[in-house]
Amino acid sequence: MPFNFPLQPPRASSFADQHDALFYTLCILTVLFTAIVGFGVIFFAIKYKKGSPADRSRPIYEDLRLELTWTIIPLIMGLGIFYWGASLFVTMRVPPKDAQEIYVIGKQWMWHVQHSNGVRENNTLHVPVGKPVKLTMISQDVIHAFYIPAFRAQMHVVPGRYTTMWFTATQAGKYHLFCSMYCGTQHSEMGGTVVALEPKEWAEWIANGGQSTVPMTLEQSGQKLYNSLACNNCHGVKDTVKGPSLMNIYNSRRRMSNGETVLADDAYLRESILRPHNRLTAGYGQEMPEYQGQITEEDVIKLVAFMKNLGMPTTGLPVSGTDREAAVTAGSKGSMSPLATNAIQYQQFSERQPDATATDRKKDLSVNAIAAQQGGAGN
Amino acid sequence: MAAIAHDHAHDDHGALHHQFENIEQQNDSYIVGMWTFLVTEVMFFGALFFIYTLYRSMYQMDWYLAHEELDVTLGGINTVVLLISSWTVAMAVRFAQLKNRKMVILNLLVTLGCAFTFLVIKAFEYAAKFEHHLFPGPTFGSVPSHLNGANSNYAQLFYGLYFGMTGLHAVHILVGVLVISALTYLWVRKADSVMKDYIPTELVGLYWHFVDLVWIFLFPLMYLMPKPH
Amino acid sequence: MSAIPVDKPVADLPNGHPAETNYINEFGGLKSWLLTGDHKRIAMLYLISVTFFFFLGSVAAALIRWELTAPAGVVMESDTYNKVFSSHGVLMVFTFLVVAIPAVFGNFFLPIMIGARDMAFPRLNLLSWYLYVGGGILILLGMINGGVDGGWTFYTPYSSMYSNSNVTLVLTGIFIVGFSSITTGINFIVTTHKMRAPGMTWFRLPLFVWANYATAVVIMLGTPVVAITLLLVVFERAFKLPIFNPELGGDPVLFQHLFWFYSHPAVYIMILPAFGIISELISNFARKRVFGYHFIAFSTLAIAGLGFLVWGHHMFISSQSMYQGIVFSLISFLVAVPSAIKVFNWTATLYKANIRLQSPMLYALGFIGLFTVGGLTGLFLGSMGTDVHLTATYFVVAHFHYVMVGGTMSAFLGGLHYWWPKMTGRLYPESIAKVNALIVFLGFNLTFFPQFIVGWLGMPRRYHYYYLAPEYQVYHVMSTLGSSFLGLGFILPAFYLTKSLINGRKASANPWGAHGLEWEIPSPPPTTNFLQIPIVLDEVYDFDPVTEYELDRAQQALEGHHYDGMMDQDDESAHRVEQGEK
Repeated sequence: MPFNFPLQPPRASSFADQHDALFYTLCILTVLFTAIVGFGVIFFAIKYKKGSPADRSRPIYEDLRLELTWTIIPLIMGLGIFYWGASLFVTMRVPPKDAQEIYVIGKQWMWHVQHSNGVRENNTLHVPVGKPVKLTMISQDVIHAFYIPAFRAQMHVVPGRYTTMWFTATQAGKYHLFCSMYCGTQHSEMGGTVVALEPKEWAEWIANGGQSTVPMTLEQSGQKLYNSLACNNCHGVKDTVKGPSLMNIYNSRRRMSNGETVLADDAYLRESILRPHNRLTAGYGQEMPEYQGQITEEDVIKLVAFMKNLGMPTTGLPVSGTDREAAVTAGSKGSMSPLATNAIQYQQFSERQPDATATDRKKDLSVNAIAAQQGGAGN
Repeated sequence: MAAIAHDHAHDDHGALHHQFENIEQQNDSYIVGMWTFLVTEVMFFGALFFIYTLYRSMYQMDWYLAHEELDVTLGGINTVVLLISSWTVAMAVRFAQLKNRKMVILNLLVTLGCAFTFLVIKAFEYAAKFEHHLFPGPTFGSVPSHLNGANSNYAQLFYGLYFGMTGLHAVHILVGVLVISALTYLWVRKADSVMKDYIPTELVGLYWHFVDLVWIFLFPLMYLMPKPH
Repeated sequence: MSAIPVDKPVADLPNGHPAETNYINEFGGLKSWLLTGDHKRIAMLYLISVTFFFFLGSVAAALIRWELTAPAGVVMESDTYNKVFSSHGVLMVFTFLVVAIPAVFGNFFLPIMIGARDMAFPRLNLLSWYLYVGGGILILLGMINGGVDGGWTFYTPYSSMYSNSNVTLVLTGIFIVGFSSITTGINFIVTTHKMRAPGMTWFRLPLFVWANYATAVVIMLGTPVVAITLLLVVFERAFKLPIFNPELGGDPVLFQHLFWFYSHPAVYIMILPAFGIISELISNFARKRVFGYHFIAFSTLAIAGLGFLVWGHHMFISSQSMYQGIVFSLISFLVAVPSAIKVFNWTATLYKANIRLQSPMLYALGFIGLFTVGGLTGLFLGSMGTDVHLTATYFVVAHFHYVMVGGTMSAFLGGLHYWWPKMTGRLYPESIAKVNALIVFLGFNLTFFPQFIVGWLGMPRRYHYYYLAPEYQVYHVMSTLGSSFLGLGFILPAFYLTKSLINGRKASANPWGAHGLEWEIPSPPPTTNFLQIPIVLDEVYDFDPVTEYELDRAQQALEGHHYDGMMDQDDESAHRVEQGEK
């Protein structure tokens, strides 16, 4: 369990600053009045405790001026807050005319997003930084709600009518997306990610039909393939009953079941994927399926490129492409918490399988989370 | 509320319940209690009237077309019948104050007669609607001629409220029938509780007037819709 | 004068010795309790049943908190969790919070405080209780039969068209409980208007009476609306009557308007009687009439009235128009002001008072702090701009638990301890009770303060899993830890109060030295409350602080440092003589 105490959500939209100014003002007022009342109560309770020698002559039972004072001052402050809140709301309600339209359909239990040029995504919303975006939303069944805490934006999604909300992202990054109106069994799993991209990346993303703008390296492609083939089901950080560990495998010397020792070079790696039964690692049988005919040579090259980089850094945790990405996002030096793994896993899963239901997602997530916690981060 | 209780002879009013100091306090309390209850009934029906108003303003034409299926004659007769019953129940209260048992019973019986007439006419109306598949549900609108050209969905909303509101009203009439029957029975049996104390009759009368009043609103709203421009 | 039956036993003698026959022992047998018309017996019947439902609601709360300690849950499937939190809401709102203070303490003390022998309609009062139990049983049946989901708010079209749970059964139960509430309200209104003793003018009424009266008006005007609304949802489910069905042109948001038209005033039903208790506790334990009695009385009426005009502040993002929202927000800030007045007035009452910090007072002072936080955090939600971010998050959950538990529940416990000697004739162990008040206060804050933070961070309410945002876990673990203490604080009184019934010291008529008609009759009171209807000449809370100070000093001289502010039997007569001389 991480012992971080996040105290505020990210500020990632133009509303966030305005909202937080009002929010923190209300916090200060709350603390102030609670302190005044609390201090008053405690002070009086001590000073005027029964039998204490305080002056109790001429007690006050009514005082119109005092009453009016603490009626009118809170009233004026309240009206001030009302006005501030209402103006902020009006700003949040009225989108600029040049706002880019994106359509959202909510249904039990997923979000379907459609950009105006036809790009679709599920449970994810890509938006550009610095440009106003207007969401037009409708539900296919019950009332849902589209909530992006980092943008301070939330709106019900109602069946039978369109509702709209708008925002301008101000900071690139990935942010929580939640459904915030109870809608049935998987209400708490009907969420995802809002991805804010810098304008250039956004332009590429939207033009490429929603693909990742930066072409993946061979190693990254290999990792993607490795995950989709679920190699980590048998090959963990350490040797398991089902399969040997692949950490630091490249150019290591391996002992085979027939007694010989071989060098794990590119050819070896290729053969052990396509025809693993030709040469079995000592202590293992024929459990691994043969991938000959199942994957292309190009796929093999990607996998091998990935496996070449499976190694142990000085911090003691295995490094893979996942870790490197996480290291950049989380700001850590290669170590990654299992829970951060979860979040990354989740995002990758969504990208891999956008049409997955929440159940599929949770199962995969749980499996990976458990694997991650047993075998360290990075699959 | 008198500060000092009078020492009545106990034969010019009914039994004084133990929580009250004098008969004026008791009578006042029952009347205020019934009025308070009627206010809650106003809020109960009021919510339905609100829903009705909202939907009617949204679907004026479709509702106008749908409502044409309602039988204004039968509804009108029902209105007159209820008005007569309100008059007779008011007379019953007056005769109860005058301790004229025979006239009380006569008026209560006429009131009951009117109530039954209302319910019978209502039953005929409902039966016709069921036959024409105008009760909300899967078979609604399967005889399109009875929709008079209204949008089937919005017509179903109209009928949903029609049955809901008139149905709830009919339930109140039924409760009234039971209560008035019980009251009549007590008068027939010369029970002290009603012979010596006109308040029970008055309370029943108040309730009945309210039920009549609800119909006075329902009838024009449902049956007498003007054609929208 | 009304005839005094000669075979009635001798009631409380002026010197304070308790009567031998009281409302508890006068008539024996279960039937005499189940067919009673005595408002005091009905109040005790309510006490037993609301405690039962509160216990069930608390079990649901414990399950929720346990389940939320981990982002991917601990023991439940989502379906189960959704039903558990819905049950918690339904039970706590409809079978506890709306009912408890008016039906237990209002029923018991309203007639006595106004100098009456009973409520205006005793049999209607009994019917009230049966409706409550009947409705409650239906709700329980719904839960046993597989539970209900949708939250206690039952938004359509989920509740009317999509939920597979026991919605009809539970809504019917709530409908019936609603009529229990309405009949109680009718009784309170008529009793307060028509049965006040001679000399008991409106402005001599204890503020607890004002509070229950205003609550009764709110009940009367609001409950029928939610009753018909829930009935319509039942009809939609059972008979396919389309009212909120969007496919037929119906409006699902209409349900929200109708629902909140009651449910916002409902929170005032929950808090106004609590305010009444606090006024009683503050005045009597500070031995000083509450500051600004008239302002408190009128602010109660203002809250009851304005409370009907703010329901849309639950719906700012529901797709209602911006202009509707602005009106609702404006009036919400207006309705906050009378509550603020009360808090300031109670605090000002303590100035130049003679404060004793017995357990009821500890609950009252705790209430002032917790309600202040709860009320002020309501402003975050009434302000439209911040509500956009905070609505439907744990911030709302924290806000309403501060006012409902920190507020209403604290007042309930304070009133329970204060009036326990009067209702049962027994004294409970004060030192344990003081410690318990502290446990409740600390446990409560640890449970709910972290929820403000996690809500502000963006965690939605009614979430079973939060593995999408596991960083929330630390706050949930804190909250669950706090809830264990809070639970302890609720369980302990069940034990020591029950135990006092068995072997607690007998209470005199006025163990606290308080002021009010209920303290001038024996503990427990006789069935008919008063031997003869009093003629009221005193002003309410008729303490003089200087005199009280002198009494305290005298008593302290007698008892030394043992003096805890409780009145002994012998000295109580001196106190009463003192009052009689005014």
